[in-house]
Amino acid sequence: MDRIVVSDISKTFQLKPGQFVTVDGEATDRVTVLDGVDLSIRKGEFITLVGPSGSGKSVLLDIVGGLTQATGGDVQLDGRRITRPDPKTGYVFQQYALFPWRTALANIEYALEVRGVAKAERTATARHLLALFGLAGFEDRFPNQLSGGMQQRVAIARALASNPEVLLMDEPFAALDQQTRELLQGELLRIWGKINTTVIFVTHSIDEAIFLADRVVVMTARPGTVKEIIDIDLPRPRDGDIRASAEFNAYRARVWDVLRDEVNKAQKDWTLSPAFSH
Amino acid sequence: MAYLTEKFGSARALHLFAGAGETVAVARVPAIKASAKIRSKKASHGTFLYGLPLLGLFFLLWEIAPRLGWLNRIFFPPLSEVLVAWWALLASGVLIEHIGISLQRAAIGFALGVVVAIPLGLLMGRYSLFEKVSDLLVQTLRNTSQFALLPVFILLLGIGEESKVAITFYSSVFFLLVNTISGVKSVDPLLIKAARSMGTSDFDLFRKVILPASIPSIVAGARLAVKSSLFAVIGAEMLAAKSGLGFLIQNSQLMMETADMYAGILTLTVIGLTVNYLLVWFERWATAWKGQSETSLI
Repeated sequence: MDRIVVSDISKTFQLKPGQFVTVDGEATDRVTVLDGVDLSIRKGEFITLVGPSGSGKSVLLDIVGGLTQATGGDVQLDGRRITRPDPKTGYVFQQYALFPWRTALANIEYALEVRGVAKAERTATARHLLALFGLAGFEDRFPNQLSGGMQQRVAIARALASNPEVLLMDEPFAALDQQTRELLQGELLRIWGKINTTVIFVTHSIDEAIFLADRVVVMTARPGTVKEIIDIDLPRPRDGDIRASAEFNAYRARVWDVLRDEVNKAQKDWTLSPAFSH
Repeated sequence: MAYLTEKFGSARALHLFAGAGETVAVARVPAIKASAKIRSKKASHGTFLYGLPLLGLFFLLWEIAPRLGWLNRIFFPPLSEVLVAWWALLASGVLIEHIGISLQRAAIGFALGVVVAIPLGLLMGRYSLFEKVSDLLVQTLRNTSQFALLPVFILLLGIGEESKVAITFYSSVFFLLVNTISGVKSVDPLLIKAARSMGTSDFDLFRKVILPASIPSIVAGARLAVKSSLFAVIGAEMLAAKSGLGFLIQNSQLMMETADMYAGILTLTVIGLTVNYLLVWFERWATAWKGQSETSLI
């Protein structure tokens, strides 16, 4: 059964008055970042989204999350059109986006607080989630007293607190060092294996995309659309050693093969990339 | 542009009220923050101990200069005589009464300032149309001296408590307003996005995200506002009042009771220092989540 259906999504940004960019040799104040994206995602599936800078991966995630309106097309979650943040969706950001004035525990509780969950219940849930992420004992720490990896664990725990059916992750591990990154990839898969949430995960790392995914969606350079979807037929549960396997290498070559032309195209488009590189 | 004027406006205000060695952290001004951090380490204990001998010398001079005839003893009694007069004022209960009245006036004006400035600042910082409409009026009002307006307050509200409260309110409200606006504007948009992604309502967004994120800036503004309302109440009492510390000082001078006058001035100094320490402590407590103290103790 399809949980999320993205149909013919397009997104055009209107630049501020006086701002112009050059697209195909013509000056314009409108930039199309997504153009005709179609994608069906099954219940419980782990999808990773790769593509060159400016291919609109994050914008697509924002549209699925109901944080941005598409210019054309629609996204349906369980048959209902998404127009605003859905309570069934959790969102994890690259820069953690924890509230610095709240402790780790209170940050996780926030997600339940705004949904009107009673105090005792939300504290219990938050404690349970912290323990699940190996952060028992860190309840009363403020975000700036935690390492980057710990902060992102708290942020994921916060996104999972409301028991979401869809988890959107926007380059969540990009700001972490390599070891922490691989550690968290493993933890994410372990926890995902328990709860079977549908995940859309944006990344710049081909390795990360293959390691995590059921399917890797490769986006084109701007204006972004789906170039190819690659099924990753690696056994689960996966551990780090799988990266050294021949199959993994074959997938790596394949994804890179599809991506290469688009990255080259995006390089030429560098005048735009700073504004949309995220 | 409006934002810039505010930022510079509040930065200017900092210089007005910040004595040497004093810094107040203002959101989004990295240079000030950085220097404040460095200073705070040295300032917390070192400055106090190092500063004691010079302060002691000052008091010593105060004691001996009138006794040796360097200064006219009538206009400038020795410190010991001032302290005797101070003790007499304290023992008779007169001083406490004046202190209470002055503090009450300043506190009511400041509290009104908080009640008005914070909701208004949240709206002005968040909704640009609201700010565009009101910014010019705010700038006009806040660049009008509160003391110039005292006659107006007296005409409108009478010579009683209302006009004193009005001037303390007027003296504090703009520091609070400007810093609330700049605090709201410097809230990390990512936090707002994260809050929205969790389905936060508009009301909760103000209450649970924008307000707490703005607290460091608001508290920095509150420090300036409290001082400003204290200064204003003393000024107002010297100009038109029958009670309060400002009246005590002014009246003692008229009566040539100079020891009492200096006792009043010393009391003000002690109150000023105490209030400042309390505010610094409060600021640290309210922004403890930032992990580092960003203000010096002086």
